Amino acid sequence: MEPTGRTSQFLRAADIWQYLCAAVILVLFLPAYSSAHGFAGKRFFPTTFQVDDPFVSDEFSILFDHIKEPDDQPSRTTDFDLEYSKRITPHLGVFVGESYSHLDFLGNGSASGFGNLELGIKYQFLTSAEHETILSAGAGVEIGGTGARRVGAESFSVLSSALFFGKGFGDLPPSVKFLRPFAVTGVVGPNFSGRSSNVIVNEDTGETEIERNPDTLTWGFTIQYSLIYLQSFVKDIGLGAPFNRMVVLAEFPMETCLNRGCKGRTFGTINPGIIWVGKSYQLGIAAQIPVNDRTGKNVGVLGLIHFFIDDIFPDSIGKPILP
Amino acid sequence: MMTFQVLVIVFTCSLSGTSFAHVFPDHSDPRVGATVQDPPAWVRIWFDGALEPAFCTVVVRDENGKQVDKGNVQVDPDDATLIEVGLPPLPAGTYRVIWNVVARDGHRTEGDYTFDVK
Repeated sequence: MEPTGRTSQFLRAADIWQYLCAAVILVLFLPAYSSAHGFAGKRFFPTTFQVDDPFVSDEFSILFDHIKEPDDQPSRTTDFDLEYSKRITPHLGVFVGESYSHLDFLGNGSASGFGNLELGIKYQFLTSAEHETILSAGAGVEIGGTGARRVGAESFSVLSSALFFGKGFGDLPPSVKFLRPFAVTGVVGPNFSGRSSNVIVNEDTGETEIERNPDTLTWGFTIQYSLIYLQSFVKDIGLGAPFNRMVVLAEFPMETCLNRGCKGRTFGTINPGIIWVGKSYQLGIAAQIPVNDRTGKNVGVLGLIHFFIDDIFPDSIGKPILP
Repeated sequence: MMTFQVLVIVFTCSLSGTSFAHVFPDHSDPRVGATVQDPPAWVRIWFDGALEPAFCTVVVRDENGKQVDKGNVQVDPDDATLIEVGLPPLPAGTYRVIWNVVARDGHRTEGDYTFDVK
């Protein structure tokens, strides 16, 4: 019996749904052969502590940060920064970040709470295997008012944009082959405050104060020496585990004030450390040394646990949503 | 409808799949950057994870870029982390080993290194 027109339309709709479901399943779950996160040719760039990576990937990071800060009310600050990044396409990714802070005001009490929610997007527009180079551009927003003011979360939003780069030196001539494991990564970009100033009422005196919110320039770089690269591509010097999976590095994360009474002032730290790269996660530890008195006078510590989601779930949530 | 059912099975299997992650070379023979007295009969590279044989290559070239290996590259049937290629008797010189492998999860890694025959 021939189907009626209505039944025929229904069947066609069902077929369409089947094809759509099949297409989604094919896109999301069938294996694909692809380069892993952080690679430019044979160069692997690890995720670093405070200088953002030049690549997009499926990853989840937990950064521990403990340092004494010299604000008007000095505090010993402990932060846990969480960030989840997800690739939309192999070269376009988005991320969401959140932090939890505990401030010990050195005998004057303490405060704890979440920071503002951060959202961002990054596009990796150049990857050169031959020259071990990656270039990316990104933008982000820290959403004001989503965190706790008692731990310093601002009530206004901050918009950011940045350029990211990574360059390995594997293309150096054989005469300097032991320099080939070196690489640099970096970032530069402005941050625009959503409000130029805050009016603060002193609870004790009732007087009002104007707190200015400057725009800033984030800039920073890392210098890395990869023992993985040395062992695998330059010279097997007999390093065993865990040293054969390590990257020795120094980070230089900086922020320079651009206007509103603090133009030209730079804050930052130098973070010498080591990163160990496993098959599905990496671990890192670094010291945090202030570059000047306005940044601080005490050495802090950074710890990093980073999961390669694309390696842990290669056939499902670790893949780009679109091929 | 059968196609849809097959895809559901593929979906289910993919969720329960084992994670292998990308692979790095663990060690090789001849060793990376080594100088050997006797010409090796094989180049062997051991990785830290299982390889997908159909998508793995190893090529050995001399200083002029000419391919000198026998072209019989294979992933060892008894050890999926080992890939090897045979060599004819090599004269003294510098040789570059160029490898390109795919791990069982589909992640591709590549690299190269040199060794010298004295």
